[in-house]
Amino acid sequence: MTFADGYAPAPESTSVVDLRADYGLFIDGAFTAAKETFETVNPATEEVLAEVALAGAEDVDRAVAAARTAFENVWGPMPGAERAKYLFRIARLIQERSRELAVLESLDNGKPIRETRDFDLPQVAAHFFYHAGWADKLEHAGYGTTPLGVAAQVIPWNFPLLMLAWKIAPALACGNTVVLKPAETTPLTALAFAEICRQAELPPGVVNIVTGAGETGRLLVEHPGVDKVAFTGSTAVGKSIARSVAGTSKRLGLELGGKGANIVFDDAPLDEAVEGIVNAIFFNQGHVCCAGSRLLAQESVAEELLARLRARMATLVVGDPLDKNTDVGAINSAAQLARIRELVDAGTAEGAEVWAPSCDLPERGFWFAPTVFTEVAASHRIAREEIFGPVLSVLTFRTPAEAVEKANNTPYGLSAGIWTEKGSRILAVADKLRAGVVWANTFNQFDPASPFGGFKESGHGREGGRQGLEAYLAQS
Amino acid sequence: MRLAVRKTYKLFIGGAFPRSESGRSFVVNDARGEFLAHAAHASRKDVRDAVVAARKAADGWAARTGYNRGQILYRIAEMLEGRRAQFVEELRAGGLAREAAEAEVDAAVDRWVWYAGWTDKIAAVAGGTNPVAGPFLNVSAPVPTGVVGVLAPRDAPLLGLVSVLAPVIATGSTAVVVADAPLPAVTFAEVLATSDLPGGVVNILTGVREELAPWLAGHMDVNAIDLAGASPELAADCERAAAGNLKRVLRPAEEDWTADPGTRRMTAVLETRTVWHPLGV
Repeated sequence: MTFADGYAPAPESTSVVDLRADYGLFIDGAFTAAKETFETVNPATEEVLAEVALAGAEDVDRAVAAARTAFENVWGPMPGAERAKYLFRIARLIQERSRELAVLESLDNGKPIRETRDFDLPQVAAHFFYHAGWADKLEHAGYGTTPLGVAAQVIPWNFPLLMLAWKIAPALACGNTVVLKPAETTPLTALAFAEICRQAELPPGVVNIVTGAGETGRLLVEHPGVDKVAFTGSTAVGKSIARSVAGTSKRLGLELGGKGANIVFDDAPLDEAVEGIVNAIFFNQGHVCCAGSRLLAQESVAEELLARLRARMATLVVGDPLDKNTDVGAINSAAQLARIRELVDAGTAEGAEVWAPSCDLPERGFWFAPTVFTEVAASHRIAREEIFGPVLSVLTFRTPAEAVEKANNTPYGLSAGIWTEKGSRILAVADKLRAGVVWANTFNQFDPASPFGGFKESGHGREGGRQGLEAYLAQS
Repeated sequence: MRLAVRKTYKLFIGGAFPRSESGRSFVVNDARGEFLAHAAHASRKDVRDAVVAARKAADGWAARTGYNRGQILYRIAEMLEGRRAQFVEELRAGGLAREAAEAEVDAAVDRWVWYAGWTDKIAAVAGGTNPVAGPFLNVSAPVPTGVVGVLAPRDAPLLGLVSVLAPVIATGSTAVVVADAPLPAVTFAEVLATSDLPGGVVNILTGVREELAPWLAGHMDVNAIDLAGASPELAADCERAAAGNLKRVLRPAEEDWTADPGTRRMTAVLETRTVWHPLGV
């Protein structure tokens, strides 16, 4: 008997979602068909949810042209105060439709309804509210007030609607128009957002959504008609985009991978640290670029910490994303599941010790139980490569200096965690960590007022906060 | 009659003045084509050595207080002013009229003083407390990016060099500079060497930028590159090479080196680190 058996199922109803059989591209304020289509599936059941248009070169051309026209004729010249009101309208519509959007996101992505309802959707609305307020205050931010023009935005599948908000809200606030490509496996909430743009009476062409896979994304970021490229995704793709914009006048923003270190010192409150570790790596099935995927435990408490961690992991409820009890939902796709399995096999083969609580996984769908590796060496693939799944690698250290060295021993530099009661140690260690976000005695906190982004190969630029506006303004 | 003692122009790496490891040099003529000197012709290996020196100096330089960096930068301005006559002569040898050469040296000194004052202020302008919707202290602070490659501009050999180098070291990064107006650049290295600046914080290579820049742009231990002095073709090549480790890239642009520089070159070599902590009693 597992802990989960103590709860009766509490499934969220899908009746709030009006799922269509097929979806077109959203270009110049209207939905239009494409020559080809692809299917998007529910990763928890492998059932097809809808047919979605696959944008080709002509479609991308049309979308960029629509964005250009809207930029030049409507959105660019519009006073900031008026742009602000559109963004406030969008924010309100998101709040009004938040239950529907949360369910739709869980269906298409596989993430638990508890997270879409309590984290994703409130954050999505908050990003539009926050940036709405900037639209008529840009002269105070210090980056000028001149928009760049047409922004090509390519976003990942781990937080489909939240990443859309992170991209579209600041772009629009600064006076740019956008062509956004959602991820192949999670296009549905972006298309629901297109409807919201229509309900808000946003002028046609200000927001365009082209669905498709990697090729559509490539056509978009390499399109000569775009002035700005914003990409969130893997470091490998980020590098190829950086090469493709070289020698052009396109501005580039990249939010890429990470291999965050979560450092637990011997004076940390261990139960709180365990909650933090669980949140750091099992939140969103570990599909988080800033996940605390490397636990660095001080040797003197490592054994006790791991015992408590295993006990806590045994209580995680894995299963139906729409069940309100669920902590860990489905892996987003078969391809991602294969990637996780490959790295986990490599961890075992390289000599690390694997452990996972016993849990019954559904027969259909893509599932991976929360997993922890001990006896991990810094050279192991599971300590170096981003797994992007619910898999934690544990290393130990003796001194703060060793912890810092191990934490920084990665080409990435996105996030880190510090757990200790000692304030001066928090500040000293944070100061030495090469990471864009450091969470001390907490983890995975986000807010539109707070800049987010990485050092080194985790990317260029920041999103959110005053600093995030820089990415969408032409500094004079 | 007395025979003048001529100066030997060398590289500046790790606080020392070595010749190029390649043993190569090139002839520097004045604007009329008369022989002035041989300058060191840096090689790929010199680029690598300079990056090693810059990396070694990076943590210590970043850890200095802004106040201390400001003291050192102001000291550089003092030493620059002290060699005013020498720089005027070298700029005149490059073809500038006396008045223009004097104006450029004065502007370079003033530019350096301006940046000396920024060292303990940029954090207040570029960072701060973020008003997040929750019980957290959330603070963003700018952090030096690390080792920065700099292609000094071809126009304004002294003022341009100062304008691209000062923001890098004022904000706590270290620099590897490729300059192909060798005389003012090497004399400027002598200013740095006598200014309390720790060895390795600035490294200056003279040579052919088309030959050196791609190695600097592709070096996996360089964090950012300022392409101010690159042609569009060289800049595109360097930007592609820089993608290998996702360096921060400053593209070349039309620049008026006499204009107010603003904070753009400083923020381009700064990262933002945000630290969260719960609030509670």
